[in-house]
Amino acid sequence: MEVLETTQPAPAAVGAVTAPATSPVRQFITCTLADAEYGIDIMAVREIKGWAETTALPHAPSWIRGVINLRGIIVPIVDLRDRFGQGTTTPTPMHVVVIIQTGARTAGLMVDAVSDIIAISPGDIRPVPEMGVEAPENLLAGLVPLDRGMVALVSLDQLLNFPADVAIAASQLPNA
Amino acid sequence: MNFDHLRATYFEESAELLESAYEQLAALAEGRADAETVHALFRAIHSVKGGGGAFGFDRLVALAHVMETLLDLLRDGALEFNAGLITLLLRGTDLLADMLSAERAGEVLPEGEEAELAAALAQAAAVSAGTAHAPVAVGQVAAETVSGWLIRFRPHPAMFRNANEPLLLVRELRRLGAVSAVADLSGLPALSQLEPEDAYVAWSFTLEGPVPRAKVEEVFEFVIDDCDLAIEPIAADDAASDVDADVSIEGPQVAVAAAVPPGAMSRSEAPVVQSVRVDVGKVDRLVNLVGELVINQAMLVQLGSQLPPDLCPGLIGGLETLSQHLRELQEGVMAIRTQPVRSVFARMPRLVRELSAQLGKEVRLVITGEATEIDKTVVEQLADPLIHLLRNALDHGIEPPDVREAAGKPRQGTVHLSAEQRSSRIVIEISDDGRGIDRSRVLTRARERGLIAPDAVLSDAETDELIFLPSFSTAATVSAVSGRGVGMDVVRRNINALGGRIAVESRFGSGSRFLLSLPLTLAVMDGLVVTVGAEALILPISAIVESLRPPAADIHALPGRGAVLSIRGGYVPLLPLHERLGIPGAVNDPARAIVVIVETDHVGRLGLVVDDLVGQQQVVVKSLETNYGPIDGIGGATILGNGRVALIMDIPGLAAGASATSPAPQAAPQSAAALH
Repeated sequence: MEVLETTQPAPAAVGAVTAPATSPVRQFITCTLADAEYGIDIMAVREIKGWAETTALPHAPSWIRGVINLRGIIVPIVDLRDRFGQGTTTPTPMHVVVIIQTGARTAGLMVDAVSDIIAISPGDIRPVPEMGVEAPENLLAGLVPLDRGMVALVSLDQLLNFPADVAIAASQLPNA
Repeated sequence: MNFDHLRATYFEESAELLESAYEQLAALAEGRADAETVHALFRAIHSVKGGGGAFGFDRLVALAHVMETLLDLLRDGALEFNAGLITLLLRGTDLLADMLSAERAGEVLPEGEEAELAAALAQAAAVSAGTAHAPVAVGQVAAETVSGWLIRFRPHPAMFRNANEPLLLVRELRRLGAVSAVADLSGLPALSQLEPEDAYVAWSFTLEGPVPRAKVEEVFEFVIDDCDLAIEPIAADDAASDVDADVSIEGPQVAVAAAVPPGAMSRSEAPVVQSVRVDVGKVDRLVNLVGELVINQAMLVQLGSQLPPDLCPGLIGGLETLSQHLRELQEGVMAIRTQPVRSVFARMPRLVRELSAQLGKEVRLVITGEATEIDKTVVEQLADPLIHLLRNALDHGIEPPDVREAAGKPRQGTVHLSAEQRSSRIVIEISDDGRGIDRSRVLTRARERGLIAPDAVLSDAETDELIFLPSFSTAATVSAVSGRGVGMDVVRRNINALGGRIAVESRFGSGSRFLLSLPLTLAVMDGLVVTVGAEALILPISAIVESLRPPAADIHALPGRGAVLSIRGGYVPLLPLHERLGIPGAVNDPARAIVVIVETDHVGRLGLVVDDLVGQQQVVVKSLETNYGPIDGIGGATILGNGRVALIMDIPGLAAGASATSPAPQAAPQSAAALH
C-alpha cells in the first residue's frame, strides 16, 4: 500500500501537465515539406512507398498528381505541397508517398520525406487560429508545439474530400 | 448469423420461390404441366408461408394459407385446374410478391384486394369440397378406406447438415394419429467409421387412423430431398400383420426400400439442382484476383520478350501456356458471375397481365431464351429499360381488340421477348405485331420541335431513329402507362451505360422490333491501346469503326466548331483527344496524327485524333470512382503490362462533352444518318 501511494502520484502529475488521464494518446507520423513538419494520424496510414510515375487525370486540379496502381487498386496521389498552396513538387526518386485510408477511400500523399513518429495527448493539440479569407479550406486539424518546432496535423477527411465536385468544377474551367 | 441476415436470406429465397411459382403457373396455363408441377408450386408457396410465419408476417401467412389449401386440393386431384383458378393463383402470387417487397422495405402494404382474393380462393376451395369430392372418392378409394399408413423413411447421410431433425417429424406424425416406430439400425457402421454428423438410422412408422395421404406427405415436405421415402396404405384388416412382416425382414432393409413401387418413390427423385449460394462479394474478389493475374502475366510476357530468345526457350513456352490457362480461368470465373436473364424476364408476364387489363387490350407475351446467361450487373440494370419498352409496346404498339379486328389481325396482340447469345454479346429483342411507328407523325413532331430542318428528307430508318432523341417527347400520346416523362432517350442512355446499343425496326401497320445488344460482362473488355502525348489510353473496341491516317486535303477547318474529316463523301467531326483531356506534348496536326473513327448511338460518328496506335488487348476494367470520383469522358481505368495505369475512354461521354463545348454539328439528321 505504501508503495502504491508513493508511486501513483507521479504519473498522475505527468498526466496533469499533458492531458487528462482519460484521454488516449494518439500517434502521428510526421513528414516534411521543405522545412515544415506535418502530422498524419498513424491509424490511417497503410504503407509508405517511394515515388513512382503517375498517370495524369484529365480536368483534375493541379494538386492531384494522377493515379497509380497499388496492387490492382487505382489510387489517386495528392501533392501535399501543392494542396497547401506552396507550389508543385518536382518529383525525384527520393520523394515519398504515404498511402492513407479514411472511410472507404484510399489515397497517396506525396511528401518530401517521412521523419518521425510522435505520441500526442489531445490536450497538447492547439486549435488552428483563424487566418482570414486567404486560408485554403480547413486542411489542418490542429497544431502541436514540440521542442524542435511546430507540427501541423493534417485533416485527412478534408483532404480526401475531393472528388466529383472538384473534378466537375475543374472541368468547367478553360483548359490551360 | 443475426436476425437481419436471416431476414435478408428469407427475402432472397422467397423471391426465388415466387419466381419458380410463376414458372409453374405458366407451365400449367400452357398445358405443359406434369405431376411435379403442382407439387413444386405447393412447395414454393408452403416455404414462403413457413418463413413468413417465423418473421411474423401474418397477412402474408394468411394469404399463403388459403392458396395452399386450394393447391392441396388440386394436388390431390380433388379439383381440376382451369383458367379461372390459374388467374386466381397468379393474383395471389402477385400479392405475395407485393407483400414481401413491402415487408422488405419496411412499409405497410395498404389493405386492398387481399380480403376479396382470399375469399375467392377460399370459395374455389369450398366448391371443390362440395362438388368435386366424388371423383376423389373414386380415384382414391384406397386413400379413403385405409386404416393407416406404413411410412418407410430412410434419411440420406447429409440430412442433419441441412438442419432436419427426425424427432420433429415423429412428433408431427403423432399429431395425425397413433404412431409406432421401428428403427432400422442396419446402416449403422462400426464406431470407428461413424461420422457424427451423418444420418445412419432408418425408420418404419405405422400411422393409425384414416389420415389423407396429403397430410402425411406434408409432414415430410421439407426433408423430401434428403431422404428415401415410401408411403404405403395399410388396409383395414392386415394393418398389424403388414408391419410385422416388414419388421421381420429387418436385415435387408435396403432391399425393401429398393423394392418400393416406383410411383411411391417418384417424389424423392425430383431433379436436384446442384448449386451453391455464394456471396457476390466473394465472387468479385475472385474476379479481381484473376484480373491481377492477367496483368501480372502481361508483365511477365513483356519482361520475357526482353530476354534473348535462345536464353531460355522453356520460359517463353511456359509463359504461353500460362496465358492460355489464365484466359480459361478468367472465363470460368466470369461465368460464375453470370445469371440467366430469366430473373428479369420473369417479372414481365405480370407487367403485361396488369397493363393489358388496365388498357383494355388483349396481349399474349411470348418469352424465349430466358436461360441465356449474362453478367449479374447487366441483368440487374436491364429491368428498367425492358419495362419501359414493354410498356411502350403495349400502350403505343398493340391496338385495342376492335381496331385489330378491323385491320384483319387477331384480336389478341402478341409481344415477343427473346434473348440469345451472339458471340460475346447478348441480343435481346422485343417485338410486337401492333401498329408500328407512324413515321408521318414522328416527322411532324420532329419538325414542330425543330429537331430537323423543315425540308429535310429522311429515310425510314433515320425517321425511326428520331424517337431516341432527348427532346422527342411523346406528349400527344401521354397516358398513365407510358407517358411518365421518361422517353426513349433514357432507355438508350441506360443501355449505352451498360456498353450496349439499341436499334429499332418498324413496319407501319404490322409492328415494331427493338433490338438490344449488350456485352456479356462489364468487368473485362477488348480495348485498343493508343497514345496521346506521353499517356496511353484505351478505346473500347466495340465502339471503333476504323482508324486511318488522313491526308491533309481531307481535313477541313470549320470556323468556330473545330475540324471535320471528309471520308467517303460524308463529313465526320474531329475531336483531338489531347485537347479534350488536356494532355500536353501531343501531335497537334491531325494530318500527322491518326484518326480513330468511333460510333455512338447518341452522337453518331466521331473522329478521335490520337498520336499513335499501340495494339489491341483485353483489359480489366477498374473503378476510378472508388477512390477518386467520376471524370467526364472517362469510363474507368486499367493496368497495363508495365504496371502503369491507363484510362479507358467513355465514348458517349467524350462525344457529349464535345458537342456541349462546341456547337453541335447539325445534331439530329446528321447523327441519325451516320448510324447507317
